[in-house]
Amino acid sequence: MLRDITLGQYYHADSVIHRLDPRVKLVTTLLFIVSLFIVDNFIGYAIAGAFLIWLIKVSKVPFRFIVRGMKAIVFLLILAVVFNLFLTPGEVLFTFWKLTITKEGIRTAVFMAIRLTFLIVGSSLMTLTTTPNQLTDGMEKLLSPLKKLHVPVHEISMMMAIALRFIPILLEETDKIMKAQIARGADFESGNLIKKAKSLVPLLVPLFLSAFRRANDLAMAMEARCYRGGDNRTKMKPLVYHRQDAVAYAAAWSYVALCVYFGRIFTL
Amino acid sequence: MGIIEAKKLIFEYIRRDEDGNVEGITRAVDEVDLDVKQGDFVAILGHNGSGKSTLAKHMNAILYPTVGTVWVDGKDTTNEEYLWDIRQNAGMVFQNPDNQIIGQVVEEDVGFGPENMGVPTKEIWERVEESLKAVGMYKYRKHSPNKLSGGQKQRVSIAGVIAMHPKCIILDEPTAMLDPNGRKEVIRAVRALNQAEGITVILITHYMEEIIYADRAVVMDKGHIAMQGTPREIFSQVEKLKELRLDVPQVTLLAYELKKSGINLPNGILTCEELMHELKL
Repeated sequence: MLRDITLGQYYHADSVIHRLDPRVKLVTTLLFIVSLFIVDNFIGYAIAGAFLIWLIKVSKVPFRFIVRGMKAIVFLLILAVVFNLFLTPGEVLFTFWKLTITKEGIRTAVFMAIRLTFLIVGSSLMTLTTTPNQLTDGMEKLLSPLKKLHVPVHEISMMMAIALRFIPILLEETDKIMKAQIARGADFESGNLIKKAKSLVPLLVPLFLSAFRRANDLAMAMEARCYRGGDNRTKMKPLVYHRQDAVAYAAAWSYVALCVYFGRIFTL
Repeated sequence: MGIIEAKKLIFEYIRRDEDGNVEGITRAVDEVDLDVKQGDFVAILGHNGSGKSTLAKHMNAILYPTVGTVWVDGKDTTNEEYLWDIRQNAGMVFQNPDNQIIGQVVEEDVGFGPENMGVPTKEIWERVEESLKAVGMYKYRKHSPNKLSGGQKQRVSIAGVIAMHPKCIILDEPTAMLDPNGRKEVIRAVRALNQAEGITVILITHYMEEIIYADRAVVMDKGHIAMQGTPREIFSQVEKLKELRLDVPQVTLLAYELKKSGINLPNGILTCEELMHELKL
């Protein structure tokens, strides 16, 4: 049952966005998120929305996959909207029991909802079109200037890659241990929250033990294959910018320029 | 001097209590002398705790001798300068396939070793292709290792080692966690490498059927070398093998029992065909 969980929510399709260099996608996502916080009028959000819809169209990712990512934040979204709606001071529109709704409150609440939605949709579009491997590679390359400040960039990305590789294996192991414990009478289903949490102890202890054992084995296997950190290491699949990546960068920056102009400087 | 040579090799595991005081010393390998020639297929046998895995880890400079010396391709393993040379020349395949595959795609895993060695990108791709073809896993190059069977995973691990162009590969119980089919797959791939590419193979195992193709078999017991010789010489001493708690292949055992009850048969029969031939069936 645990094996059914898909990890890193990559959706395979053949589109320009899928083929872009991961660095372009990472930078564009960052720019997009920043743009959402720069903009403070409806024209700006309309531009952001249009840009996002265009990207989704081009990426060939079905819309329902993107919406799926939204489910996780519905609660957060409602909370943010409610707080902004009732707690923003300003021109009172109407009062209901102890709660007042202001004109400014409605404005910030709507903006907040749009911001959060676009933020989640935008970043899940990136993870849907980029394999976890490409993501770690892109991150390593983008952060490589930090190596001069002695930030272990290569090690961090190697750790991420290994973690991603081992998630399905550890899930399978969890499944196995769970079945073994159930066979010996363990009960993971009934009881209240505290009881359920307690019942996880006989699951977690063996799981941790085996994870450490695996880590030990893996370290030995990596050393046996001459792994000695990032220095002097070559890449089988090095990241190289192509023409499409330059075009994508240009598109991303023109979008930012448009957003800043219409969403900030130019006001109706 | 052969590709791998050990002289008076002793290795001791030291157990310590929480304060770091020595609680006990276990001698895992005791005065072992071994000489493996280039191109040989050597099997090292022994039941659990006989020291065979500890011995193997010395050939890749993962463990260092307490006393004695190990040379790989003429280089002393304790010499730090040669550490990476030794690890490249003596590739190692471990027991659990899941714990030695690093890549999320088969071809990326095979490329891991060459990447570490600093091989140029173009050559990495050539090496990956040729090693995957050598173990018959080329058509799976784009697959995720998680979706492969045990035997296939282990073949990928072997490809990952031979992509480093070693002179010798050491397989530390590569089939212990596999089903009979997976075991056959792996042994077939190893034999092919030994015969076609001339790579020296050191196979550590406790499955007796796997050693019949070896040029030489070394039986370990309590850290010592208990027996040494061709598989046929080893298998003709059924009594001694039983004493060492090792299983004899069924055919060999059957021939041994037949001989004991008076049928005229030679010693050390290894395959069904041989037995049938001898019995003139």
